[in-house]
Amino acid sequence: MHYLDHAATTPLLPVARAAIDAELDRVGNPSSVHAAGRAARAVVESARERLAAAFGVDPIEVLFTSGGTEGDNLGVAGLFRARRDADPLRTRIVLSPTEHHAVDDTARWLAAHDGAELVWLAVDPTGRVDPESLRAALRDPSAVALVSVMWANNEIGTVQPIAELAAIAREHGVPMHTDAVQAAGPLHVDLSTVDVDVMTITGHKLGGPVGTGALMLRRGVVLQPVLHGGGQERQVRSGTLDTAGAAGFAAAVDAVVAGRADTVARVSALRDRLVGAVRQAVPDVIVTGEAAPRLPGTAHFLFPECDGDALLMLLDAAGIAASTGAACSSGVTEPSHVLAAIGVEESLARGALRCSLGWSSTDDDVAATGAVIGGAVQRARLAAAVR
Amino acid sequence: MSGGVDSAVAAARAVDAGHDVTGVHLALSRVPASTRSGARGCCTAEDARDARRAADALGIAFYVWDLAERFHADVVDDFVAEYGAGRTPNPCLRCNERIKFAAVLDRARALGYDAVVTGHHARLHGGALRRSVDSAKDQSYVLAVCTAEQLAHAMFPLGESTKDEVRAEAARRGLAVAAKPDSHDICFIPDGDTAGFLRRRLGAAPGDVVDDETDAVVGRHDGAFAYTVGQRRGLGLAHTGGRPRYVLAIEPVSNVVRVGAADRLDVGRLTGVHPVWTTGRPPSASFDCSAQVRAHGSTSRATARLHRDALDVTLHNPQRGVAPGQAVVLYDGDTVIGSATIDSTDA
Repeated sequence: MHYLDHAATTPLLPVARAAIDAELDRVGNPSSVHAAGRAARAVVESARERLAAAFGVDPIEVLFTSGGTEGDNLGVAGLFRARRDADPLRTRIVLSPTEHHAVDDTARWLAAHDGAELVWLAVDPTGRVDPESLRAALRDPSAVALVSVMWANNEIGTVQPIAELAAIAREHGVPMHTDAVQAAGPLHVDLSTVDVDVMTITGHKLGGPVGTGALMLRRGVVLQPVLHGGGQERQVRSGTLDTAGAAGFAAAVDAVVAGRADTVARVSALRDRLVGAVRQAVPDVIVTGEAAPRLPGTAHFLFPECDGDALLMLLDAAGIAASTGAACSSGVTEPSHVLAAIGVEESLARGALRCSLGWSSTDDDVAATGAVIGGAVQRARLAAAVR
Repeated sequence: MSGGVDSAVAAARAVDAGHDVTGVHLALSRVPASTRSGARGCCTAEDARDARRAADALGIAFYVWDLAERFHADVVDDFVAEYGAGRTPNPCLRCNERIKFAAVLDRARALGYDAVVTGHHARLHGGALRRSVDSAKDQSYVLAVCTAEQLAHAMFPLGESTKDEVRAEAARRGLAVAAKPDSHDICFIPDGDTAGFLRRRLGAAPGDVVDDETDAVVGRHDGAFAYTVGQRRGLGLAHTGGRPRYVLAIEPVSNVVRVGAADRLDVGRLTGVHPVWTTGRPPSASFDCSAQVRAHGSTSRATARLHRDALDVTLHNPQRGVAPGQAVVLYDGDTVIGSATIDSTDA
């Protein structure tokens, strides 16, 4: 099997597996006061320190969560409610139209049920947010609860000018959340130089275990909890701490940071070869967001007059695992709101394919995809014609 | 693979026969429910899961194809429009004609597949479509709209088995759907309230109920679509002098539901339009056969005559409850000759 779906989830790194393995038989709740609890707590705190160092924050600013969806919900809803409770005039959530559903749907839910007003930022055809549109949205900062803009897009891979956007939010005194689920790992994500206040990351997109994640929460920033209970994480996030998960997550982050330069160089070269091979096989392909800074492993294609679902099926049959990139519920692909936001018309958006490479990708994966993509697109075009 | 026992066993038999099989579940509802309620309806997330687990058990790839828009345009909207025009459509037949052996088959063939395999209870050998050996479960009636070209790319592996045998085989194969209840009624009306569904889509359209013998108005109705030819119950009529009354006809233009005595229901002749011949052509311009005029109905000896594109059928044993919009299916013994849509009926 050729796995070209690292943006969905990337294989567990061997060092992460070893770290998890080493902790699985440990007894002790990290919140217990006895020796067993303290020993488990030491593992969690060590992991917290390593995450803090990797992302440029203090250990107290790292909150363990269950992953990206929880982090985005907590970041957006928690920030909205805390800010609105402190001042009822703060009802606006400013966000980009290309956010992951975990942010987008949370904001829409708050608009439908909790009095939020959504203000959408402008994006260019590559999906980059126009900083001037953020300035415009913050003209009356007293009405804004928060800004949320993702660091890098999960579908098309576009990287946002996050430092510039965060500086504008800071200048206006409005807190900013960013979903860095895709960025953490391949990009240098360093909050010591970027003024975001709340950041969501997850373990399984960078080689750690599924079910681990962290919210980077600046000291002094107040969030309303989403999960209520024991208050284990700074009274903001409740739930028994996952010792083995934290150890695996931190081990993966350490390895990714140490090997980043090499991995990025290797993966982006593979990605460029893949784009070249696809272009050669299907000359009329459109490579989405090619002009913008983007994630090293992501290649997003639009094949005119093609059926992306059929293409996935044909690639699957050829042993190649890719994605249309859009959300999928019970097996049915929904139209991509990201492609709609960057002005791709619906008929073209149907022919979308996302190939995402990662640490385990090889030349062979690229060669195999290059060898079958032409024929698969040709057939998927026939399928589109009989729709 | 609907998530039911028939399609699961059909897929298993196709795998056993050495074919390269891919499981496909059709998402046909715009707003699928997440769980089943009783045996009604289809296409819930629970059905999709059942289908996926059956595919897993067979070791075949599995995909969900979203055909909700096509299904709504070609089957649901057609169903509503036909009722609005005073006819009684059969949506399963329309689904076979337009979705399973058209949209699905066309897409499959474009993707390099040779045939669509379904769990229908019917036999198909050498282009001849025959009734299932299980006469109670036979579905040849709803497949008789398929053209020779469609049937050339169809496989029905269950036709030689009874439903009980299929269930037993599913259990033997360890398929979790072995004991799943059969689905009933119309899949897109999961609560079974067809009249309510049509009222929501067509709106109330009050009109008269007229006695065919006296031409007297004997009642009112809220919408002719709630009535079916042959219906006796639920008419709520006064002034009928205690005689049982049946729906004889629905007259869409005047919005009249015409009722009368049971013997007036007998249909001895009918005209069918849009004939389809299973082998691609009619056996001759005039031929003897047996005719079935509704799903799960009895058959009558019949003589069929072709007039240009229409089909005149004389039923040697008059049939009751023959509704325009339903199909008349012509058989030679248990082999389907062809079908047509009933356009008009006569005593």
